[in-house]
Amino acid sequence: MEIPRHWRLKQQRYALVGEVCPHCEEKIFPPRDVCPYCGNEAKTQFTFSGRGTVFSFTTLTEAPAGFEQAAPYTVALVKLEEGPVITAQLTDLGDRPVEIGMPVEMVTRKIRAEDEARGVILYGYKFRPVMETPK
Amino acid sequence: MTETFPQTTFAPLKPDRPVGIIGYGAYVPQYRLPASEVARIWKGGRAATPIKEKAVAGLDEDVATMAIEAARNALKRAGIPADHLRAVWVGSESHPYAVKPTSTIVAEAIGAVPHIQAADWEFACKAGTEALVASMGLVGSGMARYAMAIGADTAQGRPGDELEFTAASGAAAYIVGPAEEALAVIEASFSYVTDTPDFWRRPEQKFPMHGQRFTGEPAYFKHITEAAQHLMKATGTTAQDFRYAVFHQPNTKFPQRVASLLGFTPEQIKPGLLSPIIGNTYAAAALIGLAATLDVAQPGDRILVTSFGSGAGSDAFIIRVTEAITQRRGVAPTTQAYIARRVEIDYGTYVRFRGKLAS
Ligand SMILES: [Zn+2]
Repeated sequence: MEIPRHWRLKQQRYALVGEVCPHCEEKIFPPRDVCPYCGNEAKTQFTFSGRGTVFSFTTLTEAPAGFEQAAPYTVALVKLEEGPVITAQLTDLGDRPVEIGMPVEMVTRKIRAEDEARGVILYGYKFRPVMETPK
Repeated sequence: MTETFPQTTFAPLKPDRPVGIIGYGAYVPQYRLPASEVARIWKGGRAATPIKEKAVAGLDEDVATMAIEAARNALKRAGIPADHLRAVWVGSESHPYAVKPTSTIVAEAIGAVPHIQAADWEFACKAGTEALVASMGLVGSGMARYAMAIGADTAQGRPGDELEFTAASGAAAYIVGPAEEALAVIEASFSYVTDTPDFWRRPEQKFPMHGQRFTGEPAYFKHITEAAQHLMKATGTTAQDFRYAVFHQPNTKFPQRVASLLGFTPEQIKPGLLSPIIGNTYAAAALIGLAATLDVAQPGDRILVTSFGSGAGSDAFIIRVTEAITQRRGVAPTTQAYIARRVEIDYGTYVRFRGKLAS
């Protein structure tokens, strides 16, 4: 049963909550309590803006177990504007081709259900092409 | 104090402490199923369709995810931290779980936990506006400074049923707070509720049943006109006192006709009449229509909003737009911006997205 692990990770998954290092000010995701840049303790929470760009990507037609319902889908390395690079699924692409450098923004979506009709539904971050905001 | 009781039956709801909308946000998924596709599959292509097309949630979307995005947009416009909210209430008839609240998922995702009231509301298409009335009470009493009410649905119709033309997906979130911080003041509210079985779904049934023509006169038209007329009478207003009006919109014709019955012109309902292009978003319908209206309204404009939920009841609100709207509405995407990112799907894709394939 993976419920306890998913429950502990919910903040980082739902809302891109990571950490900021109080020593070198680097932003850290996923949170690990030790700064990977300077090696000091880093436990200060930091919520990422959710904006970033596509660094690289691949489209999966044969999805791993638990993700079959979503296939085909595109997974990308997204470079967040605060620095870290994370792996995430892209969504709402429609007919748009994915391009390196494409601006994307975080949305919280269904990742999968542990058992399609009866299990806990897992929600987490995905990225979609940036939407226009009037000003 | 004591001489105000008992209140007259017809007094509008008005909190002691004036309240208003501090922030609002809409969400409409990008997929569109043209009504002609439903007609092609089920009516041999020959049917008068009640709308042009409807919005359909994608494979990775549900009431929780749509509510989260609408809530984030409302927080942006409110300009308050999420942990200032004292309530997150989600109204829907398509909550992802039968047992386990949607509201806790939304509250956690936006960062409003743990010092909040959270609950899911259920009253067919008026669950969201009922939560809005409750938010007025919570804030108006002084118990909370800010409360969030959300209406969201991923509505389903039985394949081939008339509802399949219109049953759509969307969400809208409203943050209620003190009137002096509001981008639109809620001047008064009034509800009209009876036991009228026009539409229902029993436990563990996937699709709802409805009373066919019974949904019209004794249900939709009766409840909306009663709620709206009482509210206008009690506040000494007429249709001419409003710049805009928004009504629950299960199709194109019902809101047009109820507007005309109440003395409103097609111009007054135009910005909020979205059912022709997004369908019936159930608990979100009147609230998304209001969001689209707030996107274009000017300071001083009055808006009459009246929801309808089967079973049955209507909540009516008189809303007055303030100067603050011009500063704050631009920080989140407009309702029309969501509607504009349109990806057309065929009936087969729709069946897959909405989980209508038996497995
Ligand atoms: Zn560091």
